[in-house]
Amino acid sequence: MPLSPQDVLHIARLARLRVSHEEAEKARIQLNSIFNLIEQMQAVDTQGIVPMSHALDVQQRMREDTVTESDQRNKFQTIAPAVENGLYLVPKVIE
Amino acid sequence: MINDSLKQLSAALAAKQISSVELASLYLGRIATHNARLNAFITVDREKTLAEARSADARRAAGETGAMLGIPIAHKDIFCTDGWRTTCGSKMLSNFVAPYDASIIGKFKQAGMVSLGKTNMDEFAMGSSNETSFFGAVKNPWDENAVPGGSSGGSAAAVAARLAPAATGTDTGGSIRQPASLCGISGLKPTYGICSRYGMIAFASSLDQAGPMAPSAEDCALLMNVMAGFDERDSTSLEREQEDYARDLDKPLSGLKIGLPKEFFAEGLSAEVAQKIDGAIAEYRKLGAQTVEVSLPNMGLSVPVYYVLAPAEASSNLSRFDGVRYGYRTAEYRDLLDMYEKTRAEGFGAEVKRRIMIGTYVLSHGYYDAYYLQAQKIRRLIAADFAAAFKQCDVILGPTAPTPAFNSGEKASDPVAMYLSDIYTIAVNLAGLPGMSIPCGFSASGRPIGLQLIGNLFSEARLLNVAHQYQLQSDWHLRRPTGL
Repeated sequence: MPLSPQDVLHIARLARLRVSHEEAEKARIQLNSIFNLIEQMQAVDTQGIVPMSHALDVQQRMREDTVTESDQRNKFQTIAPAVENGLYLVPKVIE
Repeated sequence: MINDSLKQLSAALAAKQISSVELASLYLGRIATHNARLNAFITVDREKTLAEARSADARRAAGETGAMLGIPIAHKDIFCTDGWRTTCGSKMLSNFVAPYDASIIGKFKQAGMVSLGKTNMDEFAMGSSNETSFFGAVKNPWDENAVPGGSSGGSAAAVAARLAPAATGTDTGGSIRQPASLCGISGLKPTYGICSRYGMIAFASSLDQAGPMAPSAEDCALLMNVMAGFDERDSTSLEREQEDYARDLDKPLSGLKIGLPKEFFAEGLSAEVAQKIDGAIAEYRKLGAQTVEVSLPNMGLSVPVYYVLAPAEASSNLSRFDGVRYGYRTAEYRDLLDMYEKTRAEGFGAEVKRRIMIGTYVLSHGYYDAYYLQAQKIRRLIAADFAAAFKQCDVILGPTAPTPAFNSGEKASDPVAMYLSDIYTIAVNLAGLPGMSIPCGFSASGRPIGLQLIGNLFSEARLLNVAHQYQLQSDWHLRRPTGL
């Protein structure tokens, strides 16, 4: 099912990407050609096949719940777009 | 000296015929002369490099003797490098100075290797031509009208032009092997989980794997000895005994069984590439190997499967770039949502946005089963194809890419055509297997052609052996582009 212009705007909104109507139209054409390629998958019978989420079937490792990192707040905040008193600044969220 | 192998450079440093500072200066000089044209490096910092070289010389003077001590290397700009700008080829990280070292960078530093700088790449490793880099496309040193491949195109071009004796790369769907093929060098993508992903900016976490890029398989083996190994900071790092990846290089190939998947030699493969691969097969027979036809019936599905799974993982991984803690933030915004949307719209390039949107869609409500889950199921079929093939052979051989390097701009506006240039490499990532590309000839127009060798899980030493024995009989990997 080809994507409509509304679909593209909806996806972009979910992905937090601002797109103009013009860009959405261009993206729609390209995404549809990519989905044409992807649709080849639908012809494959995969009944009973266990999905493979990882290259190797390994267990997630556990470790002791102990502190392993030191406090590097200053170092990390020197590369932030906006900070004040050790806090990251964003536009007001709660009035 | 610029044509010396890592083993030769190591011997020259040990014999004090040259210092690390002199060696680094030699390569920095070549970068200064040629990089403006090739655009292989995004960031070069002469003082930092020379400081690392001085430190290597001091360590040697104090009695240290590591094999790689003092040898320069270039790093793909996907590896966080403490104090160095680390951009991942994106405007989003164009101002990002990494506050820590990726594990692999730490290992190279510990071994005393000297960083020559950060190499250009497709934005967030998404591309096969290096044309999606925010910092401009890389030129192929063999032919400036040709792409160098991607996404590790800067690393491949830097090594091919001998702006560095070796480089690091990463491979999610072919990003080490395809540029190695297009630039006429050797490159290895190890088994998933062998090299730590900590500090390597994530694209598709279940597929991403770092590996070495250098003129020869022997060089790659020596680099693997530094970069491989367990890392508790990477949750998918494998706990295995340390290996010497060079241990089998000199083994004869008599009795080796080479599998030739019929799907690799079917429609879509250029006659010129097929001819060079046939030449290499003939050489392997002379070396005592036998060939057997094998089949990977689901290989054709690897591209569609990959373009569901990799974008799905990417859409999740790249959600961290929001303009809050690091990287680019848009100049003007009304509220938080406006800030996110504009930051990401301005900070990401077209291909990255395309893949984020594909990933967002295939993971969204109502489509998950049809796309993401179906892709994961077919991924298992693809992995099973390889497992069945390896019952009949020791290694699989075929082309790395369907054609020699294509022209810049040729596929830039057609994503699907670009995606299909990775048709022979992607399945290997989906199955988690090691794969390698080595040079095996040139096209009539003088563009390099690469041979792909695929091994079973953890068979890197065997792959390197098979590649090295071929390189003892051929000189394709020693050829250099003219004018450099």
